Amino acid sequence: MKKLSNILPGESGIVIKLGEPGKLRRKIIDMGITPGTKITVLSVAPLGDPMKINIRGYELSIRKSECREILIGEEKEAITSNNELN
Amino acid sequence: MNLTKNIANTLAKYRTIHSSLLGSCFKIVEILSFSPTPWAGEKILSTNSDHHPLFGQCEKTRNGLLLFKSNSHKCGKAVQNQNIKTSTHENKIFKIGLVGNPNSGKTTLFNRLTGSNQYVGNWPGVTVEKKEGFLKNHGLAASIIDLPGIYSLSPYSPEEVLTREFIANDPPDLIINIIDSANIERNLYLTTQLMELDCNVILAVNMTDILEKKGKVIDYNRLEKRLGIPVVPISASKNNGLDKLIYRSSDILTNKTIDLRQKNKIFCPNIEFIINKISDIIEAESNIINKRFYAVKIFEDDFIATCKFNFSAQTKEKLQKLKKQIPTDNVFDREIIIADQRYKYICKICKESIKEQPGQKKKSMSNKIDLIATGKFTSLPLFIILMFIIFYITFGPVGNYLKCIAENIINLYIGAKIENILIFSGASDWSKSLIMDAVIRGVGSVISFLPQVLILYGLLSFLEDSGYMARAAFVMDKLLKKLGLSGKSFIPLLMGFGCSVPAVLGSRIIENKKDRFMTIFLIPFMSCSAKTPIYLLFASSFFPYHQTIVIFGIYALGVLMAVFTAYIFKGSLFKGENSTFIMEMPEYKFPSAKNLWLHIWQKTKNFIANAGTVILGATIVIWFLESFDKNFSFVSDSSKSILAFVGNLVSPIFTVCGFGDWRAVMALFTGFIAKESIVSSMTLLYKSDNAKHLSDILTNSFSAYAALAYMVFVLLCTPCIAALSAIYKEFGSIKLTVFSIIYQLFVAFLFSAITFQLGTLIGSVIFK
Repeated sequence: MKKLSNILPGESGIVIKLGEPGKLRRKIIDMGITPGTKITVLSVAPLGDPMKINIRGYELSIRKSECREILIGEEKEAITSNNELN
Repeated sequence: MNLTKNIANTLAKYRTIHSSLLGSCFKIVEILSFSPTPWAGEKILSTNSDHHPLFGQCEKTRNGLLLFKSNSHKCGKAVQNQNIKTSTHENKIFKIGLVGNPNSGKTTLFNRLTGSNQYVGNWPGVTVEKKEGFLKNHGLAASIIDLPGIYSLSPYSPEEVLTREFIANDPPDLIINIIDSANIERNLYLTTQLMELDCNVILAVNMTDILEKKGKVIDYNRLEKRLGIPVVPISASKNNGLDKLIYRSSDILTNKTIDLRQKNKIFCPNIEFIINKISDIIEAESNIINKRFYAVKIFEDDFIATCKFNFSAQTKEKLQKLKKQIPTDNVFDREIIIADQRYKYICKICKESIKEQPGQKKKSMSNKIDLIATGKFTSLPLFIILMFIIFYITFGPVGNYLKCIAENIINLYIGAKIENILIFSGASDWSKSLIMDAVIRGVGSVISFLPQVLILYGLLSFLEDSGYMARAAFVMDKLLKKLGLSGKSFIPLLMGFGCSVPAVLGSRIIENKKDRFMTIFLIPFMSCSAKTPIYLLFASSFFPYHQTIVIFGIYALGVLMAVFTAYIFKGSLFKGENSTFIMEMPEYKFPSAKNLWLHIWQKTKNFIANAGTVILGATIVIWFLESFDKNFSFVSDSSKSILAFVGNLVSPIFTVCGFGDWRAVMALFTGFIAKESIVSSMTLLYKSDNAKHLSDILTNSFSAYAALAYMVFVLLCTPCIAALSAIYKEFGSIKLTVFSIIYQLFVAFLFSAITFQLGTLIGSVIFK
């Protein structure tokens, strides 16, 4: 598992876990970043921050400090939902 | 005349509309002025409040007239029509809200439906306040409300709160949920929330043409069946499908369509069970509308929604017990479970109803452009080249050529003709001076800047419509974050080098209020183009061999002051939540000529209106003070004028800056009208015949250090009156506006004095 801020441009991964509840996390969720979603890092701004990612077919710019709240892993690591609900 | 008298007579008799008027119907008989314009004969229905959603303040007169006013001025009157039955839907004005994600095309649709000309940009967050208009050409009496774009009903920015409060507390008769089909998954997330409200929803799938180019086809019938709400494909920009959208909307409004939405199928059965239970508790405890919406919010532990209810401890415990029945873990808490279930539902629907045509997938144009526009080594050079091109076109040969044409038209054509007429008609000296000096030369010098302002404005609008602005913000975000701003502040600051007025208005694109205010506060330090002639005059007179470096230094000092100011105030005056920079990057598109024309035309109207009112008025005042003495008799020698008298009172303060001459100080004052008038005032006050002569006089009456100090003062001092009024309009606070004026004056005086004193000191040490 890695933080999204440590993912290199061109690489992608699955969202494993999001940070603590709060306004920032709510915003992240509302923009479509939920556990189990695929994120591709497209590029990093020339000054090293923010990042541009592809999520659910659109492009989003997000600061690295905000990316630290998002943990990324490989597909097999992901629990796509709470088992008891299916 | 008759009409005005009529209205005045009626106004004298009016009394406030009563709630007993609910359901009574009026027919419009006369229209005075109204925007958007209703037509005579149109039926309107009064509401149970004094405030009609469309017509603003309504007042009924004793003789059965209904007067409606908009923003305090009367607009027209309607007469009560007994023949119209009022209980049927046909006579009702429906309220339709446009809701959707930012940049999904709401404002374009709004303009199409209402025939109005609202500002559209390719930038998420262009609409920051709600706008109302009247549906045109569709035979349905409805007022359309354009709401700021939101991603979800759990809002953050003030504009988003506005939308949420509007639809949750004052529900419209119908919500048109407009979605961007190229980005359907995230757009439908909001739809799943809107479907929880006790309000009719119709889905308008926009930008279908772009989706087809991507090789995707939506099965709209299937989408409609699965969602249970009417789905209409439209293309707002190409005016396709709007007739069908309105046709189906009126079916819903007149109850011809049965609501088939499958509210209960979004979440899995055991969560649905809990949500229904919570909904029952809410129903037992309060009579609030949108029960299901609040039930979901309470399940999610949404703070704002929970605060709406005054549950007893017993009920709270019951709710907790219910919520606990859904197992959570450290990844999936309740908030995430709800979002996850919504997205799973959307994914399932999309998989069923969107077909991808094989073989047509190729790298989109946006991605290709972005390789350069946001690339590591290309983005900054590209940005610099773009800005250079914009400034070169505006202030280089093209802009100057157009400015010369405008000047010639004003001075040689209009000015000379009027002067001839004045001489021919034997007008007195003072009236000739008023019209020629104040009106023609004063206002004319400002109007002559119009071509350049329009070029700059048009080019920046072009960039905004294309979607490049979001990339510039992306590239510059890190630098501005250090100043407590965000990438979005960059564009208005940059526009400040052209003219502060469009820059201040352009700052509306910043959603975060703290960032927006701070940006507006900093814009005046970006030396505007109208100050350039002053720098050129002084630099060429005093530093003929170091002109470029001196002017560059002045511009740099302005930027440094902005940085310094941002550091001082970021923790004190402009406190608030730290902005995030989670921003959607819109796809590039080629700006539409119609929209560009709209931007430029509105700008032209505003500019000319401003020149004809504020600037004209101020110029006349200055001319008066400069041409008359204390006994109000016309003087040709301005040293005997009122202005000289006042100037001699004020100017000693500026001795510390090296320019205690009343003429230099008063020229600064005329800069409040328009910065460029400082040069023309100096020409007038120093009685010089031409530019060469003026620079000789200046070198005799200023020391080199005083000249530098004068330039510094011009750079940092309060902007012109047009910029100030724009700043006041955006701040909406007289206190903050006055503070910014005082701060700028203080900083200008301080740094001007430092420049002169330090310069003189160093000079005397070196040359001793």
